[in-house]
Amino acid sequence: MLTGQFLLLGAILFCIGVYGVIARKNAVLVLMSIELILNSVNINLLAFALRNGSADGHTFALYVIAVAAAEVGVGLAMVLLIYRNRRNIGLDELSEMHG
Amino acid sequence: MIAIELLVAQNIGFAVIALVMIVAALRVVTTHNVVHAALWLVVVLSGAAAQYVLLAAEFVAVTQVLVYIGAVMVLFLFGTMLTRARIGTERDLNNPYWRLGIPVAGLLFAAMAIAIGSSFGDEQLPSDPRVIGIPEISDQIFGAYLLPFWALSFVLLAAIIGAIVLARKD
Repeated sequence: MLTGQFLLLGAILFCIGVYGVIARKNAVLVLMSIELILNSVNINLLAFALRNGSADGHTFALYVIAVAAAEVGVGLAMVLLIYRNRRNIGLDELSEMHG
Repeated sequence: MIAIELLVAQNIGFAVIALVMIVAALRVVTTHNVVHAALWLVVVLSGAAAQYVLLAAEFVAVTQVLVYIGAVMVLFLFGTMLTRARIGTERDLNNPYWRLGIPVAGLLFAAMAIAIGSSFGDEQLPSDPRVIGIPEISDQIFGAYLLPFWALSFVLLAAIIGAIVLARKD
């Protein structure tokens, strides 16, 4: 197996996630796109862990998974709060803090 | 001979799983149904777990299945359920300027592909890699990376309390 094939898969997933963050208006779908990005990073970390024969990449990947779980929890709580206050989770309408 | 056949099998497995993951990821960002997007995301996350097994990272793969497919997806489905009046196709999920994302993602991918191609061209992964077991990972977490582990436990505690405070009806 080539090193580059895993890195390329990670790059493709990362770019799809970036597209989703830019294109989506629904807040839940933006959070899903962020999950895609974090997973692509994990694939890269584990590919380098295998390449270098080191356990550091595994540790980082586990930490990334834990941070992603916390992020989804807080993110969805915020989305619920916004929905309760506004009956809408379109991100383009949250412009109170716009200067 | 056996090693070569095993490598061929690994490459075929990689290609099939990668193709499924890419198609599913594209469906996540293009579908017009939030529940379908969550279910396509399950396919992507399962494929990622399979890739972790191919990369000899069994413990991370099991953690991925437990945390992502077990917990995060349930959260997503609950979030979908609680924030939407009806389950079904919805036309109004994209920004008006969603087309801007295509050139941005394309340029980003071109830059990364060129960088990967020039740095790792046709470098092979080690065919008999050093197996990294759970004891070694735990030595790392509770040894060299103990301080980030503590910080992470505080992050999780703050996230739990924050989520309760945010979502509470008062």
